[in-house]
Amino acid sequence: MLLEYAHIVIPIFIVATSIFAVLLRDLLGAAVAVAAMSLLLSLEFYILQAPDVAIAEAGVGACLTTAILIIAIKATKRMEEEI
Amino acid sequence: MSEMSKIVRTIAAIVFPFIMIYGLYVIAHGHLTPGGGFQGGAIVASACALLLVAYGSMWTMRRIGEKRLSVFESIGAFFFIALALLGLFFGAVFFNNFLAGSSFLFGDIPMVGSNTGDMNTGGVLPLMNFAVGIKVVAGLFVIILVMAYASNHMEKKRGEKQG
Repeated sequence: MLLEYAHIVIPIFIVATSIFAVLLRDLLGAAVAVAAMSLLLSLEFYILQAPDVAIAEAGVGACLTTAILIIAIKATKRMEEEI
Repeated sequence: MSEMSKIVRTIAAIVFPFIMIYGLYVIAHGHLTPGGGFQGGAIVASACALLLVAYGSMWTMRRIGEKRLSVFESIGAFFFIALALLGLFFGAVFFNNFLAGSSFLFGDIPMVGSNTGDMNTGGVLPLMNFAVGIKVVAGLFVIILVMAYASNHMEKKRGEKQG
């Protein structure tokens, strides 16, 4: 029963963090939102009985991609400019 | 990326060996449990990324260097292909598992039925997991290291131009 609720709640959080990542003007916050989305996605993979994919997603998506994005943001400007 | 404060550096130095051991565990148990060369390599590379963030890119570049990581990546690919070609040499086909059932390294026959898992099985697969692990660690970490070093270099150049 708890697992069925988790299957409903976690995708909602994934969509919410993705929308945050698109809408945020602060690029560092957007990178953190992408990392949170990746972590929730790995949790979803785990409860869908794919622990192999979950480990890969947590290692690459939540850690290494975030590090690359933050290094790239550090070389440019933090805030997105208004169009 | 410049050096962070002493608190961050100390905690990173404490946490680093545990993440490293976990990554090596995932690589070494790749033929028994979920995970394997790629997953464990990603975990070890993220441990190295933690050191890079805490200690700065100059320190990490001095300790490791992208030339050495490039050599490690080539070593991983070479071992993988060499093991596959040894299968061609000892058996009949490319990627033949010639160590399985030979009672040599990783050569035991797995037990039948539910058991706790025998580390000494799998034949050539654990060795290939280690080769893939070395290649993935070098390949993923060299991206972050070179990006951080280049961003640090650019920042220094910009500072010189202004000052």
